[in-house]
Amino acid sequence: MRLSFVLPALVVVVLIGLLGYGLTRNPSELPSALLDQPAPAFSVARLEAPDQLITQEAFAGRVAVFNVWASWCVACRAEHALIEELAERGEVAVYGLNYKDDRTTAMQWLDRYGDPFVASAFDPRGQVGIDYGVAAVPETFIIDAEGIIRFKQVGPVDRETLEQRLLPLVAQLKEEAA
Amino acid sequence: MKVVVSVLFLLFSGLAAAAPPALDEAQTHRYHQLIDQVRCLVCQNRTIAESDAPLAADLRDIIGRQIAAGRSNDEIKNYLVQRYGEWVLYKPRFSAATWILWLGPAALLLAALVSAILLWRRTGRRAEPPAPDEDSLARILDDERRS
Amino acid sequence: MIVELGHFALVLALCLSLVQAIVPMLGYRTGRTDLMGMAMPAASGQFVFLALAFAALGWAFLQNDFSVAYVAANSNTELPWYYRLAAIWGAHEGSLLLWVTMLAGWSLAVAAFSRSLPTDVAACVLAVMGMVSVGFLLFTLGTSNPFERLFPAAAEGRDLNPLLQDPGLIIHPPLLYMGYVGFAVAFAFAITALITGRVDSAWTRWTRPWTTAAWAFLTIGITLGSWWAYNELGWGGWWFWDPVENASFMPWLVGTALIHSLAVTEKRGIFQSWTVLLAISAFALSLLGTFLVRSGVLVSVHAFATDPARGIYILLFFAIVVGGSLLLYAARAPKLARGDTPVKALSREGLLLLNNLFLVVSAAAVLLGTLYPLVADALGLGRISVGPPYFNTVFVPLTVPLVILCGFGGAMAWKRTRWQVLRDRLWLPALAATVAGVGLSWVTLGTGGVVATAGCMVGFWAIATAMEELWYRRRTSWSRGVLGMTMAHAGVGVMVIGITLVTAFGLDRDASLAVGESKTMAGYQFTFEGTEEQSGPNYVAQVGHVAISDGDGNAIATVHPEKRRYPTRGNVMTESGVHSNLFRDLYVSLGEPLQQGGWSLRLFYRPFVLWIWLGGLLMMLGGILATTDPRYRRLRQRERQRADSHAVAAGA
Repeated sequence: MRLSFVLPALVVVVLIGLLGYGLTRNPSELPSALLDQPAPAFSVARLEAPDQLITQEAFAGRVAVFNVWASWCVACRAEHALIEELAERGEVAVYGLNYKDDRTTAMQWLDRYGDPFVASAFDPRGQVGIDYGVAAVPETFIIDAEGIIRFKQVGPVDRETLEQRLLPLVAQLKEEAA
Repeated sequence: MKVVVSVLFLLFSGLAAAAPPALDEAQTHRYHQLIDQVRCLVCQNRTIAESDAPLAADLRDIIGRQIAAGRSNDEIKNYLVQRYGEWVLYKPRFSAATWILWLGPAALLLAALVSAILLWRRTGRRAEPPAPDEDSLARILDDERRS
Repeated sequence: MIVELGHFALVLALCLSLVQAIVPMLGYRTGRTDLMGMAMPAASGQFVFLALAFAALGWAFLQNDFSVAYVAANSNTELPWYYRLAAIWGAHEGSLLLWVTMLAGWSLAVAAFSRSLPTDVAACVLAVMGMVSVGFLLFTLGTSNPFERLFPAAAEGRDLNPLLQDPGLIIHPPLLYMGYVGFAVAFAFAITALITGRVDSAWTRWTRPWTTAAWAFLTIGITLGSWWAYNELGWGGWWFWDPVENASFMPWLVGTALIHSLAVTEKRGIFQSWTVLLAISAFALSLLGTFLVRSGVLVSVHAFATDPARGIYILLFFAIVVGGSLLLYAARAPKLARGDTPVKALSREGLLLLNNLFLVVSAAAVLLGTLYPLVADALGLGRISVGPPYFNTVFVPLTVPLVILCGFGGAMAWKRTRWQVLRDRLWLPALAATVAGVGLSWVTLGTGGVVATAGCMVGFWAIATAMEELWYRRRTSWSRGVLGMTMAHAGVGVMVIGITLVTAFGLDRDASLAVGESKTMAGYQFTFEGTEEQSGPNYVAQVGHVAISDGDGNAIATVHPEKRRYPTRGNVMTESGVHSNLFRDLYVSLGEPLQQGGWSLRLFYRPFVLWIWLGGLLMMLGGILATTDPRYRRLRQRERQRADSHAVAAGA
């Protein structure tokens, strides 16, 4: 039997394997390019206090959660209770990045739904967002004590993500730091 | 062709910067080339040139500014890849991960042409009746077509 | 009740497809003509029941029967009746029903024309088509039943996806599917050839018209799809290299190769196993397309709603059908490959060999680009995107030689051609192409660019050689085969010119205009005259008025781009306003509203864009002409007589 007659069947076997693998993947799920990279530097006004600057230095020396949110973002409201719960546990400092928002509306939003953040960086034009590779709000980063991004969640945090991924990772990172 | 120098940014996002930088002809060309190569991350499968999404407008704006600031295409692509990963480029860069993609078609074509030449050489060696003259050739052709 | 009847008809169709798949094949194995004869009634019955099922679904749509889950998900009482009918194939389940109904239609057509086929060949072909049908009917009934009831019934439907509410939707998918499914016939003939071991010129003559017909449908289906996307998506593009488009383009490329290799196999008795392989591949790629569109493995603009169970089923089906066929091919094809008739480089078979190589490599390149993101992911090389810039870079160098080759098609004789003949016949077309190409891109459009000029020359070369072919044959009567070939080749040329010019000279600008303001582009002045609100049957639209005038201020037209809001789904759709003539489209789409009635607009100048679709239309017409060439009918009758006498002799 000559190879040239068997070759098409072999090609198709490889193809089927590939497509089968493809079925197990979600094509829209993307790893962050910033994973294991230092958190990008920024220096912007605080949402709550326009005259104060906040920089990535705020995270330094401890494990931090950096949550990208906006008042116009429906999914942010959905995850907000869990972000608050995370902050209330006191295990980790939660910072916010208020993305492409209006200051007054954003402050009203926090008044209404609660403010879990140690501080929120105010990013009305989305510059910081672009440096953090934000595509769709909400997104949540975990940054370790060395200032390295160790985890990124695209889309709202749900109970499972919180319990299974965020909290264990925070615990692990705190141990590493200690 | 009339050269339209100014590049217009989508002001309607309300978030683009105040005054878009003016680009010269070559820069405009580069601008269009680049925005046709960058994926709109929040869309299903579109370039930022095609998308109305605010993020696409922002990226167009950034690309325009970086060109105006004299950054090279490579620098701009690096800037984007650093933030969004290789996924953002519709024209994958040649690398260890993409050489099959880039060289595959050429290699296939080469293999196909080599096999065609081998076939001609293998079968062409054998004795052939002398070539018919042109008239009879045309006749044969017509006959075949009519049949 | 009618819905249940439709469901029941679908089940009966499955039973009949099982009969069609099994009984004639048994007949072939045992040599019993009575069993072989079951193929035809089974195929007819299957078609009747599928047509009934299809009609039942159509009835449910027309009656707004929202107790049917599929209707409730894809229709609405306010949807106009023609879109309600087109909604039958507006989503996964119904489009699958369309698929199988068409497959049954093709089976019926084969059965009807099979009188001219030897009984055993007809039985085998119909049995193979029956097997494909079984697979798709099981898929439909098992995972995607369009007749599933919704309990409790919905008060109102969720409406058809607004993107699909366009005249294009009414005709594009059926034509595309006719093409996809039509390759099942060529596939069935190929499998039959492997089973019977006969690939003679009779076989190619039976296979050729079916293949060309399917190809013609696929051609016009893709062309209309491109036209639809251009008008509907609102950003002036006509081809996006989206996975779903590639899914239809790959079978087209391989199908085109198949048409040409069938010609060689018929005339010269060579390339048998290659032709069979192409026939299997064309259908395999149709199935692959179905998988890609419906499984959600790739990110696409217009994929169907996805469900892993469906993906697994289609993959399994693909593995059985294609894997099985190729195993059969591996086992049987070596016996088909007969004598090495010499192939000269300078002969029509040599030319068509090159044609096949370029087409197949092009298809492979599209496949590679489409699936590479998956490959990279599987090999752990990270997530990457492969998009239009890649495909354009790779595809254009592969197509240009192909179009140049196509110009030699007419003048190149079978077996052997001398240079002198080519020179004598083709110098004039070459000159004409050069003059016209340079003329069009430099003089008419006012500027050159080497690439644009070369592209036009290549396009005109295909047109001029096609015309020369007709001139050369002016004294013999033009057969439909020759006419079809020249028309299709000229269509390629027309399309190449359109693609070249729209790529080289197309312009687009974004403009934010207040009412009364205007913007000049490509010598045309676009004046925004404001918008007004209009309500359609199931949407509310902001209709813009944009007056276009030429450089001297003479009014050309007023176009009305729209922004429609479909409240049921909350979607906002852009309808572009286009003023079209043979030489250019002026295309406006609405962006976003600004203060005080102003809008941001996107303006497009698309020279010669119509030629792209005209080219596709010419190719399809060429295909139809070639399909209906009376010589196939004559030859089939002759074969039939021969086969009958053969059967009688064997019987005695």
